[in-house]
Amino acid sequence: MEYIQGIAILIGINLIAVLGLSILTGFTGLFSFGHGGFMAIGAYISAIVTARLHLPFALAIIAGAVSAGLVSIFIGRLTLKLKGDYFCIATMGFGEAVRVILNNIDYVGGARGWESLPQLTSIWVVLGLDIAAVIVAWNLINSRHGRNLVAVREEELAAQMAGIDVYRHKMIALVVSAAMAGIAGALMANYIQFIRPTMFNMAKSTDLTIMVIFGGLGSISGSIVGTFLLVSLPELFRNFAQWRLVIYGLAVIVIMVGRPKGVMGGFELTPSGIRKSMAARRARLALEAEARALEREDLA
Amino acid sequence: MNQFLQQLINGLSIGSIYALMAVGYSLVYSIMNFSNFAHGSVIMLGAYFGFFALTLAGLPFALAFFVAALSAAGVAVLLERLAYKPLRDRHAPFLYFIITAMGASIFIDNSVIATIGPTPKTFPSELLPSFLQSGAIRIGHVDVGRIDLAMFAITVVCLVALVLFIDFTRLGKAIQATAYNMKASALMGINPGFVIILVFAIGGALAGVAGVLYGMKYQVFPQMSAITLKSFIAAVFGGLGSLPGAMLGSLLLALIETFVSGYLSTQYRDLFSFIILIAMLVIRPSGIMGKTAEDKA
Repeated sequence: MEYIQGIAILIGINLIAVLGLSILTGFTGLFSFGHGGFMAIGAYISAIVTARLHLPFALAIIAGAVSAGLVSIFIGRLTLKLKGDYFCIATMGFGEAVRVILNNIDYVGGARGWESLPQLTSIWVVLGLDIAAVIVAWNLINSRHGRNLVAVREEELAAQMAGIDVYRHKMIALVVSAAMAGIAGALMANYIQFIRPTMFNMAKSTDLTIMVIFGGLGSISGSIVGTFLLVSLPELFRNFAQWRLVIYGLAVIVIMVGRPKGVMGGFELTPSGIRKSMAARRARLALEAEARALEREDLA
Repeated sequence: MNQFLQQLINGLSIGSIYALMAVGYSLVYSIMNFSNFAHGSVIMLGAYFGFFALTLAGLPFALAFFVAALSAAGVAVLLERLAYKPLRDRHAPFLYFIITAMGASIFIDNSVIATIGPTPKTFPSELLPSFLQSGAIRIGHVDVGRIDLAMFAITVVCLVALVLFIDFTRLGKAIQATAYNMKASALMGINPGFVIILVFAIGGALAGVAGVLYGMKYQVFPQMSAITLKSFIAAVFGGLGSLPGAMLGSLLLALIETFVSGYLSTQYRDLFSFIILIAMLVIRPSGIMGKTAEDKA
């Protein structure tokens, strides 16, 4: 039971970061290989607040979120003007830079890591923050801001022409996603009680992005399904040791090549989402039937 | 002065190996406009192919190099056919290519760890040619490692051959034309699919050579592919998509790195590389020699 609860907590923690990244990647098309860096900032700042300053956990989570958000404003000012792949390379450089800097700060344990942090994260804290994260993401996406973000993703130039402040919207998405990564980092540090810079390397950033894409770009329920599958499956296959990562790599390729819209295919698991996809299915079937009928006519 | 010369030589030696890896990133980028993050894994596989050709198969040294280059090229082409071609056919956005490349990298690296194991392997020195076996050559007051010398020489030969191939052969001109404008060159009868295979084969072959050289200087291990991140930074620094840029960027980055670790501190060497990367992207995303980035909006 404790084991399952442990996995549930890990899924919940990752979900907050993935939802944040989903706001950035799924709805602006910008995609980051540096969110491990924001998680690291949240984790280390929160650990300083709880383990060194002995202040309440709630304050630590807020401090983690705010500091990750502030750093993201700085990073955003530098990089948000860059186009697609260059933004992704720049964020990758940022994430790795954070890791190297942390390696050299002895106050937080340097490269060896920082042990025996307090365990303050409970399943209820994670669950509560998950629900809050879903609500924030949902409201953000279904607001005027969210529709502007989609416009930016689909056709940046046209969105700009229509009077949308592209830079500002991208910045808001980046800051929200960084703050959520910071919260995830804070929960992580105070759950596994041990942090080390390599935990937040490029592989971690890539994992987060893969979870977003695995579930389907631009779908909140997709992010939830993606996180659930990609965090729990490797845990269940722990006995297979290295092979689970081989399968993981293969699964990523297969999904990208075979099911480009992700497991959920961009549709939302809500009553209206289901209705919409059912309607689309009916329409497709009707079209196919019509085509078959036409074909028969041709033959006859 | 002596320390300066010593650092200069170290920098040139590391820079040459970066260059050999960086041209692979740049070649693929020039045609397909995405950063092939699986390239590092191909380099790692090349090192293993070379190592096993030498130790298990007992091939002579020069032949082991050839085997490494050939099989790494094979892996690169296979990767293109199986993973990237379906995406290309679908006109998938660049981020699908990058994620697929990342997935391929995770797949290859962990397959090696699961089958061969994570322990580093050292090239047995008795199997290397005799001129590589003894220690450094002393020129004046500066030590030049024999392996460094060989690395530099082999790299220069490979890169000169590459430049001659690109500039003076029909196939090379086809690559240039496709990099300039894929649609127009396809209309002129250049098969883009073939050019892409060619580019992956060349990049893969150079990756194989680079992997063996790197493995000879240090060791062969599955995490090698992460170290090749530096050569990717060098390619960005010089200008993604530009071959001279990749070479120049590699030399400059390696020199900066060796001088930072020689005169300032080894710990901050990597930080310097990442700061250079971000600074370059902010000031001039197209790199030192790259074409000015066109607006992709």
